[in-house]
This record gives sequence, C-alpha cells and structure tokens, in this order.
Amino acid sequence: MLRMDWLPPRPVGFDSFDEAFHATHDLTNTDEILARLRLLSGCRRNFLQTGKADRLLEKVAQKTDGHLASDLRTVRIAILASHTVEHLVPSVRIAALARSLDARIHVAPYGQYRQAVYGPHADLLAFSPQFILFALDMRDAPLDLPLSASLADVDEAVLRRTDELRALWRHAMATFGATIIQQTFLNVDPPVFGAFEQLVPASRASVLLRLHLSLAQAAREEGVLLLDMDECTTLAGGLPELHDAIRWHQAKQFVSPHAAIIWGDVLARIIAAACGLSRKCLIVDLDNTLWGGTAGDDGPEYLRLGPGTPDGEAFYVFQEHISRLMQRGIAVAVCSKNDINIAEAAFNQPSMKIQRRDIAVFVANWNNKADNIREISRTLSLGLDAFVFADDNPAEREIVRRELPQVAVPELSDDPSDYPRLISASGWFEAASFTRDDAIRVQNYSADVSRSAARENASDLDSYLQDLNMVMSARRLADSDFSRVLQLLNKTNQFNLTGRRYTGPELRALLSCPSAQIWTFRLADRFGDNGLVSVVILVPNEISPSVSGQDQKLLHIENWIMSCRVLGRGLEHAALAVLIQAMKQNNISDVTADYRQTSRNSMVSGHYASLGFSRTDGTEDGTDTSWALCTHDPIHDATQKACMNIRIVTDE
Amino acid sequence: MNDIYQKLQDVFRDVFDDPDIVLTPETTASDIQGWDSQAHISLIVAAEEKFGIRFRTAELESLHNVSDFADLIRKKSTAG
Repeated sequence: MLRMDWLPPRPVGFDSFDEAFHATHDLTNTDEILARLRLLSGCRRNFLQTGKADRLLEKVAQKTDGHLASDLRTVRIAILASHTVEHLVPSVRIAALARSLDARIHVAPYGQYRQAVYGPHADLLAFSPQFILFALDMRDAPLDLPLSASLADVDEAVLRRTDELRALWRHAMATFGATIIQQTFLNVDPPVFGAFEQLVPASRASVLLRLHLSLAQAAREEGVLLLDMDECTTLAGGLPELHDAIRWHQAKQFVSPHAAIIWGDVLARIIAAACGLSRKCLIVDLDNTLWGGTAGDDGPEYLRLGPGTPDGEAFYVFQEHISRLMQRGIAVAVCSKNDINIAEAAFNQPSMKIQRRDIAVFVANWNNKADNIREISRTLSLGLDAFVFADDNPAEREIVRRELPQVAVPELSDDPSDYPRLISASGWFEAASFTRDDAIRVQNYSADVSRSAARENASDLDSYLQDLNMVMSARRLADSDFSRVLQLLNKTNQFNLTGRRYTGPELRALLSCPSAQIWTFRLADRFGDNGLVSVVILVPNEISPSVSGQDQKLLHIENWIMSCRVLGRGLEHAALAVLIQAMKQNNISDVTADYRQTSRNSMVSGHYASLGFSRTDGTEDGTDTSWALCTHDPIHDATQKACMNIRIVTDE
Repeated sequence: MNDIYQKLQDVFRDVFDDPDIVLTPETTASDIQGWDSQAHISLIVAAEEKFGIRFRTAELESLHNVSDFADLIRKKSTAG
C-alpha cells in the first residue's frame, strides 16, 4: 500500500486532511486559503486529495493574478516527456508548495520532446524555463538488440543513445539556459530468463543497467541532474505501485496516478535543492531517538546501543546514517530534555558512533523544544528553514510543527529500524551538488561556535578580529569551484545584493564571457577553513559613456553575495580592496552597482554605502538603489582597517 | 441502480469539491465545469476506490456520460 509515511499524518490543528480541506470553504481571504494549502501540502495526502488541493491553488492563483505570496520562489519547469505526464502535474505543484516554491509548469505535447528542443520552439522560449525535465521511458529508448547480441554490441548501442541525449541536453542548455533534469530509464518488463537475466549481456535488465551507468557518467560531466526512477520505485513501495500496466495501455501513463504524489515530490525536492532550499542541519533528540532507553533514569551505561539488543543495533544503524549525512555536509545539533551532564556523559559510551565533538550545538535542558530550536538557530546563524527535527516523541514533533512551521519535522514511527529510511525519504536533505566545501562544512559549524565563544571573551571586536588571524584568498572562478559557486549563488538569501539567481548554463555562459569577471573569496582563520564564502560578479557596464573623447572603461557589479557565517569580519572590505586593485591594473576607472530589495536581503541595503560608494539613483524608500565608485578615490577608512585584520592572498 | 447514482454523485461532488452537483444519466463532461481529461483520471481513480472495483484495460474507451459510467459500474459490481 502506497503511503508517504514520512509526512505528518495530519495537518496541525485538524484531525484529517479532508477536515482541514473542507474548512477552507469558510475562508474568504486568499492569504488564509494559501496558508491552509501550504499546511496541507506538507502532510500525508493521496492522489485525489492532492488534485483537489491543486485545483484550489489554481483558483487562488487566478484571484491573485499569479502573485501567490512574496516568500514563495517562482520556478518555471518544462516537462518534455515520452509518456503522459498531465496527471502528475498537480502533485508537482503541491509538493513544490510544501517546499516554498510556486511551480509554473509547461508540458510539451506528448512524445514531442525532440521537436520541442530542435524544432520550432517559440512556445518553450516564451515560457523561458529555468528547469527542463526529460521524462523519458524505456520504451522510448528500446535499444532493441537481439538477445544474442554481444557485450560490445550492447556498449555501442548504449553509447549511441547516451551521446544522443548528451547532444539534446547541450542544445537545450544553450537554447534555453535552463538546468536539465533527466529521468532515468526504469525497466518495467518482466524477465524472460528469470534470475539469469542479469547474466545475459543483451537482456532488458542488463542493457538498462549499462545505460543507467553511462547516463549517470554523462550527467556528471554535463552538469545535468537525474530524477532517479529506482528511488521513486522504492519510495512508492515497489514497481506495481509505481507503474500500472493498465494505465500505461489506456493512457500512456508511465507513472500510475497513485504514485503521482511520489514522483511529484521527488521532482519538487530536486528543484528545491537546485534552488538552494535543502536543509542544512539535523536536530536530534537523544533518549529513544539516538539510543534506546533514558540516560537520566537508566544511567548512561545501561543505554541500548550497538550489538547486544536488536533495537540497540537499530539505533546504531541510525547513528551511522547520521554520520554519513555529516560527511556530506549536514550539521548535527542535539535538542534533548535531559540533564546536560548526564546527556554528555552518555557520549563517552564506547558503542557511540556519533561523538560529542561532532555535535555543532548541544542543548540539553528542560525548556520547551521550540524555544531551544530558536536558540540553536541563533547560535548557528541559520534560519529556521535550514533545520530538520527528529524526535521519537509524537507530542514533541507536534509542538515543533505548531510553533515553528518553518522547521521540517518528518514523521518517525515507533520503531528505530524505520528512522534512517524515514529521514532519507522525507527528502529534506536532497542535494544538487557535492563539493569539497560541503565535506569540510561540518567542522566549520563547530568552529563557528568556538569563534562565538572567542568573541564573547574578547575585550572588544577589534582585538577579536585581530586574534582570528584571518587569511582571505581571492581568485577568479576556477572550474573546480563551479558547483560550489552555483550553490552559493542560489541559496544565499540574506547577503545577496540583488536576489538574482543563476542556472548552471547561465553561470557557464558568464564564465566563458571574456569581459565578465567572477571573483571568489575563501576565508580561513585560526579555528579552521570556512571554504568559499563570497562571490562577486562583474560585467561590462551596458552604458559606457565616454568622457572627453577618452575611452573610459566601466564595470558593473551584477551581484555580490556572501555567506552569513562570516558576517561582521570585514571580509567584504578586503574583497573590495582586491577588486579595486585588479580594476586599476586594467585601467578601469569606475564601477557601478545596484541594490534590489527582496523579502530577505534588507540587511545589506547599506552595503555599498558602507564600502564608500556614492548613491547615484534609486527609489525614495531605498528598496532599489544604484551606486558608483571611482577606483582612484582614496581607500575608505573601514576598508583600510579591514585589510589590516585580514591577510590577502591573490591567486591570479 | 439509484444507489450507484447516489454513490457516483458523491464521487463527483468530492472530486470537483462542489456539493451542488446533481447527476442525471445524460450528464456529460460539458455539463460540469472542470471535467477535463485531468479530472477524468481523478474520477476513474475515485470511482474505483468508492466501488471497490478495477476498470479493465479495454473498459474506459466508451465512457461518454454518466449513464455509461453507471452501467459499467453496475455490470462490474454484479459480476464481481
């Protein structure tokens, strides 16, 4: 039976989905209806309920002329499919809503994906997709080889099909500047050899396995994301749930209507990840979440963890899962109702996979968990929408869902054997890249807490900054940093001067444009390496007035972003010093810049003023402002000071 | 017979979220706002659930109005 058991079983404040949905009839205000729909989108629902929610969402969109809410990010997704996908669209929109996305979806005519890319594509161009999904099925990639074909024949056919797709991706990226998502080919044909199927090179199963590997390799090389149909099948609870042969023959629905909620959720989470909306930190409870038993009552040495008891082994496997999440850059915090000394003592047990030093923030007290999570959010300088909360106690989950709707709270069962699957299936940690910086990030969070402590102990800010021994390395964007820069550009909300987002192909185009400059800045200090934390994009100024007949070169700062973790260290001043130096060397006399207010970036409205830029234009309320700086002007005091605290290494 | 219409009416009201829908045998897609191909799939899925039946591969070709729907359901329910 297909059910999304990782989602909250019912919306907060209601007994069931249907009750909360019917109660929308009493609402007249579109904001209230949208808030209710957002609540419903995040809880357990089936195909029919999802369809109803989507029809109501459509009505709200019509009433508000498409401006649903300022904190929803609009994403335009084109689905180019070899099978029917119309019945999947509501599930994508509702799952997107659960991830704070307003998904606009364009479906190209069924089976016409090549024409949509290579042929006349005025429709698709006008739609201007940010994401293009190629939803292809195995029947479209038949690779119809005789069963007696050799492995070499199979590899040749697989390579041909991969190259065809690679060309399609490249053409789509170049034409539409969109991020490409490729649906993997799922084998739905039953074997003719039985278990021997895998040993026959040209069997369906073997061919599709090799195609899958070849496709993954090509996708890695081309910067294409994959919608993994094997993962969809697992989440749906097996192939008969995902693919219904009757629906296929009736309506060419490759994904059955019942499984639409799964497919839609997987697509929405991939897109949310590419938009930088995936969660960054897992907050875990301790007793009966990380181990069996109660540290305070049973005593730390009597906890069930590791070999010896069946549930102890299950808790250990959950710790292993968390440990792997840490390796890929997810921070872990503890929020437990416990005596702090007893809770910390439990980590001295030899069977513990997670160590006390792995925990970025450790909160054990008797306060309300919602308050404690707010505290963790402040300590780590992460917004509440960066967290996933895991707790075995349904009452605690309910309180956090009620008090902090921004925090993701996957449902856990009453059995620790289910925990790894449920946390993973919730999809809140979906990745769209994996970089060197991700791997070092976990140490960074702990280092951040040490930095905060040093700051509290320092007599004044200046001596704290001096003692940090900061080193900033500045360099033009290198290929090895491409994924990290794309990730940073898309997930930085607060220190983001224009809110402009970039797709992979757009950034690639900027990188290859000789007159544009993409600067990256890394920051290290005595507590550790913060990694790549700031990006500045410079483009030629569109209006280059020539003064007194001389050729005057102007650059424009298209966007400036910085990770909030290194806020208040003067990094932006040191970065400006590097930019000015480089511009002087190239005889660039002036640089212009804009600030464009978004719902999240008001903290940087004074950024350019603080760097010594002069305001040249803008709205009275300061929401949209334009700035200019002459590179020959004396260096601003604050900039000089920052450069004394930060050693600058340029790598040109 | 009436029971099937009553239940089918519940299905329609639920799918279209409209408690005022009244079905007659002659009701077709053009009589109900929002009865498009998308809603049609929802109707089929909802009817299968409500009546505990499963439409066979060849059975969905000829469903043009509510009486086609009801006849097919009656045939399948009595056969089953």
